[in-house]
Amino acid sequence: MNEHQQTLWQFMHEQSDKLFAQTLQHVGLTFISLLIAIAIGLPLGILIARKRKLSGTVLGIAGILQTVPSIALLGFMIPVLGIGAKPAIVALLIYALLPIIRNTYTGIIGIDQHVKEAARAMGMSKSQILLKVELPLAIPVILAGIRTAMVINVGVATLASFIAAGGLGEFIFGGISLNNTNMILAGAIPAALLAIILDALLSLIQKMDFKKLRKALYILPVVILILGGFYALPSAYGSTLTAGFTPEFMGRQDGDLGLKSTYGLKIHTIVISDAVMYKAAFSKELDVISGYSTDGRLKAFDLKILKDDKSIFPPYYAAPIVRDETLKQFPQLAETLNLLAGKITDLVMTDLNYRTDYLHQTPERVAKDFLISTGLYKAPKNGHNGVVRIGSKIFGEQYILAEMYSMLIRGNTDYEVSTKTGLGGTKICFDALMNDQIDFYPEYTGTGLLVLLQPDPKIAKEMAHNKDKTYDYVSAEFEKKFKIKWLKPIGFNNSYALMMRQKQSKDLNVNTITDLKNYLDKN
Amino acid sequence: MIELKEISKKFGDTLAINKASFKVEEKETLVLLGTSGCGKTTTLKMINRLIEPDAGQVFINGENITNQDPDILRTGIGYVMQNIGLFPHYNVAENIAVVPKLLKWDKEKIKVRTQELIEKLHLPENSLSMFPHELSGGQQQRVGLARALVTDPSVLLMDEPFGALDNVTRTSIQKEFKGLEELKRKTIVMVTHDVQEAFELADRICLMDKGKIIQIGTPKELLYQPINDFARKFLAGQRLFLEFKVVKMQDIWPYLPKVTLQDGKSLSADMNVWDAMELLRSSDRSELLVSGANKESKAVNFEQLTKGFNQFQNAQVHE
Ligand SMILES: Nc1ncnc2c1ncn2[C@@H]1O[C@H](COP(=O)(O)OP(=O)(O)O)[C@@H](O)[C@H]1O
Ligand SMILES: [Mg+2]
Repeated sequence: MNEHQQTLWQFMHEQSDKLFAQTLQHVGLTFISLLIAIAIGLPLGILIARKRKLSGTVLGIAGILQTVPSIALLGFMIPVLGIGAKPAIVALLIYALLPIIRNTYTGIIGIDQHVKEAARAMGMSKSQILLKVELPLAIPVILAGIRTAMVINVGVATLASFIAAGGLGEFIFGGISLNNTNMILAGAIPAALLAIILDALLSLIQKMDFKKLRKALYILPVVILILGGFYALPSAYGSTLTAGFTPEFMGRQDGDLGLKSTYGLKIHTIVISDAVMYKAAFSKELDVISGYSTDGRLKAFDLKILKDDKSIFPPYYAAPIVRDETLKQFPQLAETLNLLAGKITDLVMTDLNYRTDYLHQTPERVAKDFLISTGLYKAPKNGHNGVVRIGSKIFGEQYILAEMYSMLIRGNTDYEVSTKTGLGGTKICFDALMNDQIDFYPEYTGTGLLVLLQPDPKIAKEMAHNKDKTYDYVSAEFEKKFKIKWLKPIGFNNSYALMMRQKQSKDLNVNTITDLKNYLDKN
Repeated sequence: MIELKEISKKFGDTLAINKASFKVEEKETLVLLGTSGCGKTTTLKMINRLIEPDAGQVFINGENITNQDPDILRTGIGYVMQNIGLFPHYNVAENIAVVPKLLKWDKEKIKVRTQELIEKLHLPENSLSMFPHELSGGQQQRVGLARALVTDPSVLLMDEPFGALDNVTRTSIQKEFKGLEELKRKTIVMVTHDVQEAFELADRICLMDKGKIIQIGTPKELLYQPINDFARKFLAGQRLFLEFKVVKMQDIWPYLPKVTLQDGKSLSADMNVWDAMELLRSSDRSELLVSGANKESKAVNFEQLTKGFNQFQNAQVHE
């Protein structure tokens, strides 16, 4: 891959089909959910303006729903609604509700009492008062609510890609995982433009006087409906099985690209985030997923790794990477971090992951138990000789490693520790390191090679199947290019793997990736 | 005809109206007069069921209004509000057309009637397409009146209709109002706290205090036969002015000089003393020619006028 030489414009041009589809999906998601939110929020707002006693409860609930973090909300949806459009629309709808209900309510109760009384005195019935007086007068306020809801939705809709509902988030989060700035911008710029343009359009309508407003209000529902229609609900699956791959996996040679070129695998694929992928496989929303070979959720969700019989997923070492500057500033650091070198085997790592992912032990406790059992644990010295900042990516294994390093540093040196865990992707983690916001984090040599260095495909291929060669290569290149050191490997080999549910694998008699390809070709 | 029988209304602990009863005759104007908070608005709103009484009944043209659908009742009663209450999202024409539309009048009929009212109420032609906020206070009040009059209801309720206007505008609109032919054939209940306004416009005045009716009578009765101290004191401040307003040339006829056989344009003896004095003051005439009931005419100058008035006053006191 050579995005570095490619301009954003070239990227967008090259990917224009995808970009167009994603934009339509994005607009569609935003407006379908907006439409439903209006259909629910408007009557609810009217209701609580009539029965004020209910207003506290209804607004309270809507308010609480809105404070639920979007990713968590999406996560809650999966067991109930699965993945794809439905949960995404419901989540967006939930965020859009509060501003619409609240503004309908305040819009109506804010109307001059005398005007309402005049309407009554002239003999209008309750429904006539609502339709001819209250709603028309509340419209500017209600529109402001719809506008807020819409802008929120354009933003939150980027997260829909986490649960395979598409939208511009596919580019944004794919780009973050793949260290591809053009890809991020190709998603982020249209998303921002969408928000700005739609916001400006609605603000125009909002500022119209009553005469023009009346006409605009006839057109608005039609427009919302049409825009909502852009989102054709995902069509019937192309193949009998569905695969869910992370954005990073989609773009890697030791990922989807390799599956296509080496195995010739043709499977209906949707893009989904690592955080919800396993759950989706477990609840049969997905049949095949991309995971890590040491992931504890393998055990937790009763999944089986398909044998990589043409070895496109070479094993890679995990090791902490540290800036040279930092090593100078904290002379004891390298030695301390290396205490863990060679100590954690594949089996051990999988077990540790299992404890956090399945037994729900805290990463801290898992880390401590392990250090105690290997005799590495020392009580904290509570020193004050500078603060070491540890980073980690957003999955279980990285949290555990970060905890172990933190305990080792506290127990063996006079340094203090602060952790910045849960950095959402390789690019975010690496950028944080380069920009001196963290001092080190655990990285994998394969990711270092294919995602961060992105060497000539020939070199990559030559290197990829030898983990020691890879380690030597990335060590040298990182030093040269970034002034970053790879410390000694921790021991376990992490690699990508394809997984299926145990039972399905047995039922279909699919044990290797070649089996999978043959099964798909036949069915 | 409107009749209230023993009407009472409580708001929480406040007894806003306590057993109020009165009758308004066909085509009569009754003014509810009293200080702020005495229950005038509450009384008025019970006539079109914007407020339901706790006890007592209201009859309009002999029919108990609680037996009628409130919305239908209200479309048949004109209502002019203290705060005007025009619809800000409707232009003038649409504001006037609200009730006709509820009654499903056809467009042409609405248009003709609106045009008629615009002219009668001296609203500018181009105001029809204007929105309330583009109008002056006086114009807004005229629109409010047009809105109440458009279907020509036989009953009109008005709550401090001129309360929101400045003094100059108020006086001129009051005058126009008095001259409006449309209003002369209506049964009107009007609320005000302004004694002068009450005297200017009322056939009879209903003086109220703290939810109770103190006295009902013509302005003259209120002035010369106050029922108690409250009624007397209520008018005390503007007594002389009110007397000039209430006393007519025919009242002081016996105290004016002898009949003259002068020719010329004579004024009606129905004119009140105040207006006669105004005429003498503003014109360069030193005498007015007034024709009495039995076709006799008298020429009156300022001196004779005040003298006659004083003699009339003395006679009232000694009665
Ligand atoms: N909706 C209401 N709720 C409670 N008290 C009210 C209400 N309307 C009127 N009142 C009270 O009833 C009394 C009479 O009010 P109102 O009829 O408006 O007086 P007026 O029109 O003579 O100024 C006042 O004491 C007022 O505070
Ligand atoms: Mg009042």
